[in-house]
Amino acid sequence: MRDNSEQILFQQELKMQEVEALPVIIEDDELKEKRRKRITIIGQILIGILFFVLWELLAKWKVIDSYYWSSPTIIWETGVIAFTEGTLWSDLIYTSGATIIGFLLGTFFGALLGLSFWWSYFYSKIAEPYLVAFNAIPKLALAPVLVILFGIGFSSKVILALMMTVIVTAIAAHSGVKSVDADLEKMLFSLGAKKHHIFMKVVIPSAMPWIVSSLKINIALALAGTIVGEFISSRQGIGRMILYAGQIMNINLVWVGVVVLSILSVLMYVGTVWLEKRLLRGNRIRE
Amino acid sequence: MYKLEVRHTNKIFKKEGKEVVALKDANLKITEGKFISLIGPSGCGKSTLFNIIAGLIKPTTGEVLLDGKNIVGKNGNVCYMLQKDLLLPWRSILQNVILGLEIKGVSRKEAVERAMPLLQKYGLEGFEHHYPDELSGGMRQRAALLRTLLYDQDIILLDEPFGALDAQTRLLMQTWLLQIWTDFKKTILFVTHDIDEAIYLSDEIYVLSPRPGRIKEKVEVHLPRPRNENTLLQPAFIDLKQHLFALLKEEVLLEK
Repeated sequence: MRDNSEQILFQQELKMQEVEALPVIIEDDELKEKRRKRITIIGQILIGILFFVLWELLAKWKVIDSYYWSSPTIIWETGVIAFTEGTLWSDLIYTSGATIIGFLLGTFFGALLGLSFWWSYFYSKIAEPYLVAFNAIPKLALAPVLVILFGIGFSSKVILALMMTVIVTAIAAHSGVKSVDADLEKMLFSLGAKKHHIFMKVVIPSAMPWIVSSLKINIALALAGTIVGEFISSRQGIGRMILYAGQIMNINLVWVGVVVLSILSVLMYVGTVWLEKRLLRGNRIRE
Repeated sequence: MYKLEVRHTNKIFKKEGKEVVALKDANLKITEGKFISLIGPSGCGKSTLFNIIAGLIKPTTGEVLLDGKNIVGKNGNVCYMLQKDLLLPWRSILQNVILGLEIKGVSRKEAVERAMPLLQKYGLEGFEHHYPDELSGGMRQRAALLRTLLYDQDIILLDEPFGALDAQTRLLMQTWLLQIWTDFKKTILFVTHDIDEAIYLSDEIYVLSPRPGRIKEKVEVHLPRPRNENTLLQPAFIDLKQHLFALLKEEVLLEK
């Protein structure tokens, strides 16, 4: 009897709850995250559009002088002409080629140099101040000498891009080498390892994230090196085009060069991020 | 002949112009297949002794004989496992475990063939291709110990391998270690702070005392094997524990 009455009470209670119809709240972090991302991207695109529209309008209304500041449509028109009738395509290939080759060589030799410091205590300690000193030299100031040394052709641009990047990677790799866990080395020694085993199995993988962290900085530095090389003396390249356009007061063409370089820079940055992911695949050191 | 003999071994460091005796006249005579523990407070020279046996540092005087041959300053003759698991984070468990074989020049295929059954038998089945950061502390220690074991030397040095584990995992790991020791018939030297652990695992316990680090007493453990949790409650166990506790207490009091 009692059981029965209790059950009835409980059922009544449930019914009361239904009547009240409380709001149902289910937390969904994924959905939240998706919405956040969408709003962020929309915001980013809107700001970009707003920037160009404002630029265009201000130029049209003569608030800013389009002789100096150009305008998006003029840049677009000048750019199309430069690509179709001018030499912008070959200039673009020239500049990006020198940048990428210089970047790859600089990063490779820099990594080699930095990693080599692991092999000998004295070599590393004696070389360290010179590494710092070389890093402090404004390499771009040496550009005229390099152009005289290596000629006004492609190789002097590659060398400049290399000079800009090699020390950055060397210093990063050196830091990576210094951070290798001494106990890991000890453990490998106890397993009968020789020095070259430790180098291959511990030092290189440990230093890899450090080397990779220098890539993003390096690609921008390499581009700067190439362009300065082209400024000083060159027959081709976007840097030369900008310099030339400036000399004949074709400021619109200067703007085309700047915009193309910006796009190139962004693309190479994206490429570097991709390279980074590839190099760190399977490497589980967390930053 | 003893499997491993440490004879009149001293190690003196110089620190701030003063000589510090890290190890004073250490003598060990170890029979093949025994489980030996070294117990003592920090600064008693346990790690120095291990580093000397492993050939990572040279003693000031004295010799280390393995099967009658002097191995002072030679690495790779004994397996040595440190307190940290020291698994390489960029390698899977399987790749970590075969590291020693790789260094020996064993082909990858053969190394994997030798490692897989061990991983499966000793509690790492299904985790072969996981990375160390995905495993619990106990499992990582298992992997580290299997790596040491696969290197296949007769003597294994273990420097507080379970020091960082919680109490329950620790007991599981101790039993697991005893299983491996029985299966592989290795000679094990085991460093610990923990009296219970030392008695539970060992045939012989060397009690060390600090400053200068030296061997104070050798205690034999005659508890029957196989041992399990009940061993911890036997009167003989308690008696030994009291004895060791008294020895170590003296040390700590002398310190003060």
